[in-house]
Amino acid sequence: MANNTLKNAFMAAVLTAVIMMPVFGLQLIRQGVQTHLEPRWDIVGGAAAVVFVFQLIRPWLAAPLKRLKSHMPVLPSAPTKGRKWLILLIIAAAVIWPFFSGRSSVDIATLVLIYVMLGLGLNIVVGFAGLLDLGFVGFYAVGAYTYALLYHWAGWGFWEALPFSGAVSALFGFVLGFPVLRLRGDYLAIVTLGFGEIIRLLLINLNFFTGGPDGISGIPKPTVFGYEMTRRASEEGTQTFHQLMGWTFDNQHMVNYLYLMALVLALVTLFVSTRLIRMPVGRAWEALREDEIACRSLGLNPTRIKLSAFTLGAMFAGFGGAFFAARQGMVNPESFTFIESALILAIVVLGGMGSQIGVILAAILLTVLPEIAREFAEYRMLMFGLVMVLMMMWRPQGLLPMKRPQVELSK
Amino acid sequence: MSETLLKVSGLTMRFGGLLAVDSVGFEVKQDEVFAIIGPNGAGKTTVFNCVGGFYKPTGGEIVMDGKPITGLPSHKVAHHGLVRTFQNVRLFKQLTVLENLLVAQHTQVESRLLPGLLKLKSYRQSEADALQRAAQWLDFMGLREYANREAGNLAYGHQRRLEIARCMITKPRLLMLDEPAAGLNPQEKRDLQHLIDQLRREFGVAVLLIEHDMSLIMGISDRILVMEHGKPITTGTPEQVRNDERVIKAYLGEE
Repeated sequence: MANNTLKNAFMAAVLTAVIMMPVFGLQLIRQGVQTHLEPRWDIVGGAAAVVFVFQLIRPWLAAPLKRLKSHMPVLPSAPTKGRKWLILLIIAAAVIWPFFSGRSSVDIATLVLIYVMLGLGLNIVVGFAGLLDLGFVGFYAVGAYTYALLYHWAGWGFWEALPFSGAVSALFGFVLGFPVLRLRGDYLAIVTLGFGEIIRLLLINLNFFTGGPDGISGIPKPTVFGYEMTRRASEEGTQTFHQLMGWTFDNQHMVNYLYLMALVLALVTLFVSTRLIRMPVGRAWEALREDEIACRSLGLNPTRIKLSAFTLGAMFAGFGGAFFAARQGMVNPESFTFIESALILAIVVLGGMGSQIGVILAAILLTVLPEIAREFAEYRMLMFGLVMVLMMMWRPQGLLPMKRPQVELSK
Repeated sequence: MSETLLKVSGLTMRFGGLLAVDSVGFEVKQDEVFAIIGPNGAGKTTVFNCVGGFYKPTGGEIVMDGKPITGLPSHKVAHHGLVRTFQNVRLFKQLTVLENLLVAQHTQVESRLLPGLLKLKSYRQSEADALQRAAQWLDFMGLREYANREAGNLAYGHQRRLEIARCMITKPRLLMLDEPAAGLNPQEKRDLQHLIDQLRREFGVAVLLIEHDMSLIMGISDRILVMEHGKPITTGTPEQVRNDERVIKAYLGEE
C-alpha cells in the first residue's frame, strides 16, 4: 500500500518534471536584440517536489475532501416565503451598488452581467434542452456585428439596433438549426463548433463589409432617451445628458449607466428563461432531453422543439453581443474565438446544468476571479483547467444543481 | 359489426437481407382489443414500429380511419390518434409523475411563447385545465400520492401504469401496448387486465397489444393475430387460435 503510494508519487513527480521542462524550465531571456536560453532547473525541481509531496499525502487528504463533498449546499426545493423579498432586496442592492463603488469594479461587474446573459442563454440550449452547443460564440458575434454594421453602414443607434441584433442572431440560430438538429450528442457538438469558427472566419475575410481583422470601431454607446452621454454632443445644437441634468461631466456616469443597462438586460434574460422553463415549451425541452423517442410517440415534434431552444438561446446571445459592441466601442473577430464559447459553456457546466442561480454564480466566479488574480494572469487557463477537473471529480452536478421548478399537485 | 379503425395490408419490412415482416395484414375495429402473439423474433415489435411510424415500411399500406399513414414520422402518426407504450418503459425519468402527464398534453395546451411569457388569461386557463386533466388521470390510475415524485423512482408496476396514463391523456383512438405485462406480478397482471377492459369501456379506445402472457391475452382479446418468422399464421378469436394446429405447431414445434 505505502509502497504503491511512493511509486505513484515518484511517477507523478517525473511526469511533472517532463511537462514543466519546456514550459518553465527553459526561459527565454531577451537582452537587447539578443535572446538567450536560460535553463531554470530550480523551478522544475520545485514543482516536481511539490507534486511528489502532494501525491504522498493524498491518501490522508481523501477523507476530509469526501466529507466536504457531502456538505455542499443544494438549493431549497419549494420557493420559501421570504424569497420574493430577498430577490427584490438583491436587485435593489445591485442597482444602488455602482454609485458607491469605483469605476473599475463597476466595469468588471458589467462584464460579469454580459456573461450572465450569455450563460443564461446557453443554459436554455445546453441545460434545458440538452443540446451540446460549442459554437455559441457565433451567435454572440452575429449580435455584436449586427449592431456594429448597422451603425457603420446605416448610422443606427444602440436602441434601434438592439432588437435587430437579437432577431438576426435568432434567425441564424433558426437557419443553422434546421439541418443540424437531427444530429445528436457529439455530432451536434462538432457541427456547432464548426459553425462558430465559420462565422469568425467570415468576419475576418469579408474585408469590404466587416472591416476584416481590424473590425469596426467608434461604435457609439447607448443613449439615455436620445441624449448622449459624452463630453460633447456629436451633432451641433443637441444637448448631452449631463448638460440636460445640469451635472458636470464625469466618465463614471457612463460606466454606471452601462452597468445598469446590462443589469436590466440580464434581469430580462433571467425572467424570460425562468418563465420559459415553467411553460409547456420548457417542459417539452426537458422531456426531449430525457427521451426523444417517447416524445415523438406522444406527438411532440422534436425538430420544432429543439429549434425553439436553439433560436431562443441564439437570441439572447445576440442581445449580449449588441451590448458588448456598445460597451467596447469596437468589435473585431478576436473577441469571438472558440475559447469564448468554452468559457460560456464552462459557466453553464460549473453552475450546474439548467440551474439559473448556479449559472449566475459561476459567471461571477469565472469573470471576477481572473480579474482579482491579475498577477497570475499567465496561469489563468491553467487554473481554469484545474478548477474544471476538480469540479468534475467532486461535484459533477455543478455548484448549485438544478432543482426543477416543480408544478406541485396539492394532495 | 363496428367500423374498422386501423387497417394494415401487405405490410413488409426488410432490414438488408433480413425479411423481418412479410406481408402482414390485419384490421382493428373500433373499441376492439386486438392482440399480436408469436414466438420471440416473430416480428411483432417490428409491426408495431411500422404502424407507429418509427420505421418506414418497405412495402404495404397502413390506413387509420380512412386516412393513409404509411411512412409518416411518428409524431404525425400520434396526431392521428395512435399512441403507444414501449417494451421497456420509456418515462421521462427525471421529471415528476405529474410533469410526465403535462408534457403529454403538449399538443393540446397553449404552447405559444407570448401568451405564456405574459401569463395571458388563455394561457392560465389552459395550464389549469391541463393540471386538472392530469390530476384526474392520476386519480384514475391510483397514482395521486406519487404526483410530485420523480417518475424514475416509482415502482415498476406504477411506471407501467403511468406510461399508459401518459398515452391516454393524449386522447388516443388506438392505444398500442408493447408487452404491457412484462415484469408485473400476478396481482398487477390482473389489475392490468381490468384496466385495459375499463379503458375500452369508459373511453371507447381500441387496443392493439403484443404480449407473451397467454392467460392475459386469452382473457381480454377479441381477436388475435399469430405471427411466426415475420409471416402471419392465422387470425381469429381466442377460441379459434387456441385450437389451431398451425399455432400449436409454431409454439411447441412439430411432433
